[in-house]
Amino acid sequence: MRYSAFSLLRNTLSHHKNWPQLWGSPDPQPEYDVIIIGGGGHGLATAYYLASQHGINNVAVLEKAWIGGGNTGRNTTIVRSNYLWDESAKLYETALKLWENLSQELNYNVMFSQRGVMNLCHNVHDVRETKRRVNANRLNGIDSEFLDAQQVKEFCPAIDLRGGGRYPVMGASLQRRGGTARHDAVAWGYARGAAKRGVHIIQNCPVTGFDIEGGAIKGVQTAKGPIKAKRVGMVVAGHSSVLANMAGFKLPLHCRPLQALVSEPVKPAIDCVVMSNAVHAYISQSDKGELVIGAGTDAYCSYGQRGSMHNTEGTLAAICEMFPQFRRMKMLRAWGGIVDTCPDASPIIGKTPVEGLYINCGWGTGGFKATPGSGWVFADTIANERPHALAEPFALSRFSSGYLIGEHGAAGVAH
Amino acid sequence: MLLIDCPHCGPRNESEFHYGDQAHIARPENSESMSDQEWAEYVYLRENPKGLFRERWVHSAGCGRWFNAVRDTVSSRIVATYKQGEEAPISAEEEGGLL
Ligand SMILES: Cc1cc2nc3c(=O)[nH]c(=O)nc-3n(C[C@H](O)[C@H](O)[C@H](O)COP(=O)(O)OP(=O)(O)OC[C@H]3O[C@@H](n4cnc5c(N)ncnc54)[C@H](O)[C@@H]3O)c2cc1C
Ligand SMILES: [Zn+2]
Repeated sequence: MRYSAFSLLRNTLSHHKNWPQLWGSPDPQPEYDVIIIGGGGHGLATAYYLASQHGINNVAVLEKAWIGGGNTGRNTTIVRSNYLWDESAKLYETALKLWENLSQELNYNVMFSQRGVMNLCHNVHDVRETKRRVNANRLNGIDSEFLDAQQVKEFCPAIDLRGGGRYPVMGASLQRRGGTARHDAVAWGYARGAAKRGVHIIQNCPVTGFDIEGGAIKGVQTAKGPIKAKRVGMVVAGHSSVLANMAGFKLPLHCRPLQALVSEPVKPAIDCVVMSNAVHAYISQSDKGELVIGAGTDAYCSYGQRGSMHNTEGTLAAICEMFPQFRRMKMLRAWGGIVDTCPDASPIIGKTPVEGLYINCGWGTGGFKATPGSGWVFADTIANERPHALAEPFALSRFSSGYLIGEHGAAGVAH
Repeated sequence: MLLIDCPHCGPRNESEFHYGDQAHIARPENSESMSDQEWAEYVYLRENPKGLFRERWVHSAGCGRWFNAVRDTVSSRIVATYKQGEEAPISAEEEGGLL
């Protein structure tokens, strides 16, 4: 069913009892043309574009638990494309352009809100770095501006430019086309669109092993039995090293807990996204009125989906210096997700040492914004059995060629 | 916050330490004849296991010395800490396993 004012009206008359299921729960078939492991936003977007752009509909998405329950449903939903290097700028800007039409494309409201994303500078070095990045962005055709302190205050009146004396605000970069989106809706919208085109979404189905013969993939072992496929895409974020290990190769990844927290809901107080690299804190306000706050990662490798208290304490201390009026807010919930970070803070997309097994991982702390673009280039890569032009620089082989894409300034802390 | 038992100073708060990631990576001796792929393995490719992990810490706000630990990366429980140069309490094969 297409969602429209008319369908809303019709379902109102029947007391909302007849809305159809968004996606079914099919039993796995013995064989598919393509298997996607991991039902996060990236995996579901890949399946959606395989079906909608490449006519490959005999696809299964195998999800260990429930779709969108990984980092997709745990992130602070910041979307922007102001990355430093040409390779990243092209990839993230492709994603941002897809975001701008995503609700229409999926006929599903992903609540993409281009409210503007500011990255603050607290010292002279920050100012120089930020200006350099703003200029690099503009050369790549990405909207990006530098604001001085007064302009920051005008754009976001809630901010205290003195930052309590500890974190004075000296300026910021601003991407007006950046913003936030509803994370669950992204997973659900892609799942609905994919299922409508024949993709099987199979939940509660962890992949437990790979069937590899003569260096080529033949299928996977799962909790619901073996499933055959000659092409398999692995999009499991925090579990990428674990699955790579099953397939017999290693990745340059480090898994760490990254935390976020939300406050009690209050009236609108801040209508943009404010991030600060230097103090590991970023904040926006959800449509429900909660302040959505992101903290830093724990230092150590971990697969426990929770972080430590001293991290959130540090973040909240910084938020209170920059927004003194939030001091008495109560925090309602905190949680963690396992982020798979690469040494150069850029993702890995493309082939693996196993023929027919493709990988898409390493998005670390900042892959939500890339969801549509990541699915777009990964579907193309799998469909044509060669890397998409935008994905090519992000191949696993860059760690032996030495062609790293260092995005620590754009992605190391900010998400 | 973890409570980490520095083999030189005893148990201290995690905030006194810095993390050094995977332990027991020996610098290759034939570096001049190594391929790019071998260099990538030495410099970048890591175990990143779910389960027991042999890792390095430095007691930066204490004695300043590096040491090793075996920690479960799911529960974060530290099974053992030991001095550099000492034998690890678990083998490389046991890494990624559970207690
Ligand atoms: C607290 C936090 C804040 C963040 N903030 C932002 C932000 O503001 N902006 C931004 O752009 N990014 C942000 N990120 C990063 C972003 O969430 C991720 O990069 C992105 O969501 C990754 O999407 P994914 O689909 O690859 O992974 P996931 O959504 O994690 O999906 C991977 C899926 O694979 C499944 N899986 C794992 N193992 C198996 C198996 N063996 N078999 C089958 N399935 C398996 C998992 O259950 C999971 O559902 C944040 C992350 C966190 C944790
Ligand atoms: Zn010590």
